[in-house]
Amino acid sequence: MTVPAAGDATAGGAAEAEGGEPIIRMFHVYKRYGAKLALADVSLAVSEREFVFISGPSGAGKTTLLRMLYMGEPATDGQVVIDGINLSRLPRRRAPHLRRKFGIIFQDYKLIATRSVFDNVAIALEARGERRKLIRKKVRSVLRAVGMEEKGRALPPSLSGGEQQRVAVARAIVGDPRIILADEPTGSLDAEAANAVFQLLRGFHRRGITVLVATHDTALIRRTGGRVVLLDGGRLDVSTVIPPLPE
Amino acid sequence: MIMAIPRALRDMWANRFLNLVTVVTVALAILIVGAFTLFFVNAGGLLSMWTRQIRIMAYLGPDLEDARIGELAAEIRSLPGVGEARFIPRALALEHLRAEMAGRASLLENLRENPLPDAFEVHMAEAFLGRERVALLADQIAALNGVDSVEYGRQWLERFARLVDLFRLTGMAMGGLFFLAGAFIVANTIRLMLFSRREEVEIMRLVGATDAFIRLPFYIQGLIHGIAGGALGLLGLYAGFRFIIYRVSEDAGLLPVRFLPMEMMGGILLGSMLIGWTGAYISIKQFGRA
Repeated sequence: MTVPAAGDATAGGAAEAEGGEPIIRMFHVYKRYGAKLALADVSLAVSEREFVFISGPSGAGKTTLLRMLYMGEPATDGQVVIDGINLSRLPRRRAPHLRRKFGIIFQDYKLIATRSVFDNVAIALEARGERRKLIRKKVRSVLRAVGMEEKGRALPPSLSGGEQQRVAVARAIVGDPRIILADEPTGSLDAEAANAVFQLLRGFHRRGITVLVATHDTALIRRTGGRVVLLDGGRLDVSTVIPPLPE
Repeated sequence: MIMAIPRALRDMWANRFLNLVTVVTVALAILIVGAFTLFFVNAGGLLSMWTRQIRIMAYLGPDLEDARIGELAAEIRSLPGVGEARFIPRALALEHLRAEMAGRASLLENLRENPLPDAFEVHMAEAFLGRERVALLADQIAALNGVDSVEYGRQWLERFARLVDLFRLTGMAMGGLFFLAGAFIVANTIRLMLFSRREEVEIMRLVGATDAFIRLPFYIQGLIHGIAGGALGLLGLYAGFRFIIYRVSEDAGLLPVRFLPMEMMGGILLGSMLIGWTGAYISIKQFGRA
């Protein structure tokens, strides 16, 4: 199987808008669950250091699209290429190494309730076999960056939704990912907490991390602006760049 | 690997009652299998001791000439496996019998003639010990001209040997059953722990943990179940052994009873570790498929 030219993947939008090589490329990707078509003929390219919203109504295929990027599930047809790696040719046992390129954030935080904030963040480094000393240093550093330094010993259930999501952000970035995938990261938060989390994502983007945010929060998109890929019924409807609203 | 051990211990502590029950169950399985092994070891030792002490009595026909007795002595001594062959004249045999029945000598006083035959007492050479060899030699002696019958406690010895064999087979069958039972109990415990940790496992996968990293603590838990259960089982067996020896201390001097040798205890511990590892393997495989 040959990988089509990158230009083909830009059919979904202006990938090179912010310069750099595409770090994510999808070529005519289909995903079926039985008779249901979750994604249909999706082609997309995302450049390194780009900030992209994947938007659309519930059931549009946003989560499915994100899951296929980190080998959460395979494409039924088509190809996904991450940082030059064609996932259809990557053995399952290599999936963990691919996932280390990503920091993944979920709407429901996915924190371990019985482990402290510190341990929840450290797990991403433990999984890579990092040394204890380095783990301590990096976890403290990212907890400071997300404003959760004082709550390292707290258990997640004792935190507010916004705080839990900040811990999830810390876990996503502690391993120095090249790409952050955020699936409805502000969906369970009030406006203030959502804004705080979003500002964190913006901050990490400014430091050079590629960020993909799946959201149906159009107000948030209008407020911040950026490239938006719109999905509808599993199909790529439109890819456009929206300017941010004036302050 | 080093980091997996505290993770495994932390999980076990969090589910300590469940893990304790598992360890005790493995210990019981090891205790029962160990008891069979202990019996087998001692019965086997007893059998080989008795076999070593065995002597074949070859009773001669009546009215054999001295020359023929001399020839028979030479023929018996030339048979392979014979260590020593001593002629016991009937008069000497009666004398021995009188000495043995010293308290009831009156029973023999009314004998008009010596009812005992001449005999050869044959001892096996050290290198030819063994039930089958004894039987073979006894048959060879019995076939000699002038030998009326031979006796060496064949039936008794064979019955005891069959009993030991039966125990060995029963022990092996029960060992197999308890191995499976132990492995499934460990598997069940680890399956419960895996399911209670399934969100954590999912998160670990998302952050790039390899399967080996995720599975290792569960294998360690299985091994700990095996080691702890095995050690506890052997400890229980030893306590039971000492208790029984203490209770029958007067009789113990008569029989060479001993506890399991070190290498056998090591084997049992390895077996119990294998139980734990197998249990972990089964549950992890099932969990992986789920």
